[in-house]
Amino acid sequence: MANETEALLLDARGLHKRFNALVVLSGVDFSVHANETVGVVGPNGAGKTTLLSVLVGAHAPTAGEVRFRGADVTALPTAERCRQGLARTHQIPRPFSGMTVFENVLTAAFHGGGQGGDAAYAQAAQALATTGMTSLANRRAETLGLIDRKRLELARALATGPSLLLLDEIGGGLTDAEASELVDVILDLKRGGLAIVWIEHIVHVLLRVAERLVCMDAGRIIADGAPASVMSDPAVIEAYLGGGPG
Amino acid sequence: MKAPAIRIERWTPESRVALALALIVAALLAVGPLLFDANIVDRLTTLFIYVILAVMWNALVGYCGLVSIGQQAFFGLGAYFAVRLADLGFSVYPSLFVAALIVGALSLPLSTIMLRLKGGEFAIGMWVVAELAHLLVNLDTLINGETGTSLIALNAYAIGKRRALTYWCAFAAMAGLLAVVFVLLRGPTGAAIQAIRDNEQAAESIGVRVTRAKRLVFMLSATGAALAGSLWVATAVTFQPRTYFSPQWTAYMIFMALVGGLGTFEGAILGAVVFFLIEAWFGGAGVWYLVGLGAAALVFALALPRGIWGWVEDKTALRLLPVGYRVKLIGEPDVDKGA
Ligand SMILES: Nc1ncnc2c1ncn2[C@@H]1O[C@H](COP(=O)(O)OP(=O)(O)OP(=O)(O)O)[C@@H](O)[C@H]1O
Ligand SMILES: [Mg+2]
Repeated sequence: MANETEALLLDARGLHKRFNALVVLSGVDFSVHANETVGVVGPNGAGKTTLLSVLVGAHAPTAGEVRFRGADVTALPTAERCRQGLARTHQIPRPFSGMTVFENVLTAAFHGGGQGGDAAYAQAAQALATTGMTSLANRRAETLGLIDRKRLELARALATGPSLLLLDEIGGGLTDAEASELVDVILDLKRGGLAIVWIEHIVHVLLRVAERLVCMDAGRIIADGAPASVMSDPAVIEAYLGGGPG
Repeated sequence: MKAPAIRIERWTPESRVALALALIVAALLAVGPLLFDANIVDRLTTLFIYVILAVMWNALVGYCGLVSIGQQAFFGLGAYFAVRLADLGFSVYPSLFVAALIVGALSLPLSTIMLRLKGGEFAIGMWVVAELAHLLVNLDTLINGETGTSLIALNAYAIGKRRALTYWCAFAAMAGLLAVVFVLLRGPTGAAIQAIRDNEQAAESIGVRVTRAKRLVFMLSATGAALAGSLWVATAVTFQPRTYFSPQWTAYMIFMALVGGLGTFEGAILGAVVFFLIEAWFGGAGVWYLVGLGAAALVFALALPRGIWGWVEDKTALRLLPVGYRVKLIGEPDVDKGA
């Protein structure tokens, strides 16, 4: 058991990412163990979303490699990584607007989850129940408000049956009560065996979940460790107070 | 949280009735040449070809989001290969179908190039492909350049028999393609292509193999448009490249799908019927007919952006040939339908 929780799920080494002249990641090493919950913070423009995009293969890194479950996946397309259990949500939600909420989630169960027929229906229904979206199942996704669109991002990622879930600011704009519900959902998922990486600006919410905290600034990881020590790290305080490039 | 007991509804009572009616109509149409007079048989043949064009455009654009203004490439090539094969001595009616399969096969290598292009580049690129295909076909001396040629092999058949055979080929092609598209849309691939239409990157990030799905739809719509072209040459007999590689065919497809309801299965069929009726009533009005078509398309785009059937779907829960999924909570009434 100890061995299983220690297992290295994701391991990224020396990631660099440039968009033309703009250097967004400069030498990021980032790893996640099975069943670990990692919080990621950092000022606007620090490169958090870009890191996530490189991890899932939406952007190719300029240099560096990504290993998932021991295999080099740096050249593997996003869809294949998802089928292997690496799922992400989008900071700006990207619903399939012409489809219903259920169809959005079912598509994820079919393709990312590799399920068919009743098993796919069950997996999709479970993802909707987990995220509290069952009552919206037949709504066209284009009619959803921002909060529900974010919940749909989570539901869709869950329906792919991931072992590592990468969340990008799904808590923004929530009331305290809604944020508490979200925290409960995430803790439930962790109990279910998922490893979770959660990028979030609302630090006090994040701290209720994260066992480990990573702080990024200007394309680098400037602190990585126990949440309390990261939050009191002078470099982290400086990055927040001094402000990043964003 | 445990998932509540749900049931997934795909066929509703109304849609079962609709399917039964559709099958009865299909059975009647299948023996059309035995029932109807020559004029009606000819007109129905034309309608079947329009349905094929509308359904193929709808699959490509309405469901997969791949806007192309060059589908006349496949229409023209389908007609060309039918003429070519017949000239080589192959039996003319099987050649109509073989021609479409050849075009379908050619669309595979074409797809590897064209599907790299996105949005407007793809749309315009397809128009360039159509122009190129037109030029290449003109290189075949059989065609006599823009003068064109005829499907003379058809002269071997008495006029009545020819009319009936062409009708049956068009009917079989339409029925077969409708069935293929319907089954495809109802399955996981149908979900994938709609996801691609709505957000390609999100589709990728939930595990959809985007290029594979797009290629399938691209090839299907190429094959279907080619079949429409080969059937058209069987009704028209003459093959003039300029007529067949004309953008007007794609314009017709756009009109039918937009008016009927882009991205709805029933809408494309309805749009073909509407177009067919408009043409039957106003087709003789020359240039004013074309002006009227354009104006009608504009009015529809503004007033009913989701077309006639899209409007019906928004206003009612009616689904005649459903490709989607509706969730019913067991033991509770209906889950919120939303607006
Ligand atoms: N596709 C892109 N092309 C060019 N520049 C990009 C692209 N994506 C991100 N950037 C730039 O990279 C930098 C880092 O962006 P990123 O979205 O990763 O930051 P972030 O840490 O997620 O910020 P936030 O907290 O605001 O979400 C920004 O300056 C952004 O403008
Ligand atoms: Mg971000």
